[in-house]
Amino acid sequence: MTLKEIKELLEAEVLTGKYDPETEIQIGCSSDLMSEVLAFGKPGSILLTSLSNIQVINTANVADIKAVCFVMGKIPDKNIINLAKKNDVVVFITQLTTFESCGRLYKNGLNSCGYFNLDK
Amino acid sequence: MDNKRTTTKIQELTYELKIKDVMTKNIETVGSKIPVSHLRDILYNKRISGVPIVNDNKLVGLISIEDFIKCLEQGEMDDLIEDKMTKNIKTLYADEPLVHAVMKFEKYGFGRFPVISRKDKKLIGIITKSDIIKGVLKKLETAYHDEEERRYRASHIFNDVMADEIFFKFQYYVEGKNFDRAGEAATGLKKTLYRLGLSPEIVRRAAISTYEAEINIVAFTKGGKIIAYLEPHQIRIVITDKGPGIPDVEKALQPGFSTAPGWVRELGFGAGMGLPNIKKFADKMTLRSTVEKGTRLVIIIKLSDYRNED
Repeated sequence: MTLKEIKELLEAEVLTGKYDPETEIQIGCSSDLMSEVLAFGKPGSILLTSLSNIQVINTANVADIKAVCFVMGKIPDKNIINLAKKNDVVVFITQLTTFESCGRLYKNGLNSCGYFNLDK
Repeated sequence: MDNKRTTTKIQELTYELKIKDVMTKNIETVGSKIPVSHLRDILYNKRISGVPIVNDNKLVGLISIEDFIKCLEQGEMDDLIEDKMTKNIKTLYADEPLVHAVMKFEKYGFGRFPVISRKDKKLIGIITKSDIIKGVLKKLETAYHDEEERRYRASHIFNDVMADEIFFKFQYYVEGKNFDRAGEAATGLKKTLYRLGLSPEIVRRAAISTYEAEINIVAFTKGGKIIAYLEPHQIRIVITDKGPGIPDVEKALQPGFSTAPGWVRELGFGAGMGLPNIKKFADKMTLRSTVEKGTRLVIIIKLSDYRNED
């Protein structure tokens, strides 16, 4: 699924980042716990979260997550945007709830990370 | 195993590449109101297997070398192209991923598809199976080249330095309780290791485990430091702090166990997953802690291509 399709499905706004609408995203994940994202997030995925602080971008950066969508109309502050710009993380915001956002993407064919497994 | 990996890489490339990346541009076209015999020069001289038929900038059909041979056999060389060409042709858009072309070739069994632009539907190229093979091979070669260069860079550092024992040391200081700066050490280390040419998977594992450890320093201690040693066969990351130390190390290693205060949880951490996560991404992890004195965590990430799955 391309970033453009994701943007349309989530009725989202692009806030920053090297936004190439044709960038392919294979996998989606969603959590407000960044440790969970680090544990099960996959490289090249999109993260949907209602948590809005600088650690979301740091998490995306270290885990090679390409794009972050802040759901439920959470507007990230300047520091978050600046850090995302610096690290080429694409940032979306949407007014939709977490469930609605995930549901729309999943229904339209975006894969999930599958089962959570703490083993190697 | 290797076979499987190559297949996946090629499949990946067919999603990555666009039709316009591999198609033949500057193609020959002819009008439909001329006799079939005129095709001989084009097909022969240009060594091509099919020609799109265009009237007034509009694609109206396609004629292949097979059609031409059939006319030759049946003595219909003076018939007009428009009576012999394939009408109702299937086309592809230039911005579609290559995999769409692969699927169409499979579905219809044609030898070629004209490629049109999505905007004005004008003919801008043609794609054959050999274009696809050439395009994928070219991309594979470039990817291989990049990977070789990165590998060379990584091994090169160690080959160029003359010493009995070599390690590179990267040191980061981490402030306690300052969440605005948490993550700087891990992201800094990540960029550094990547620039040195280590594989993205190794870099990612080092970055995630360092980040979790950094969060722990910020959340629980008065501050500490992270020292990463890049050695010929491993990355050794040593994380130390000045206390307060962990009273029950075994308990701290259990997934879900947490003593994190509310403000840490509000920031998206403190769910008792930090140390289990580090264990997950490291090849080896050792944790020693003395209450009031401090904690020392050592993370080892092996540089070999395949780590031991023990």
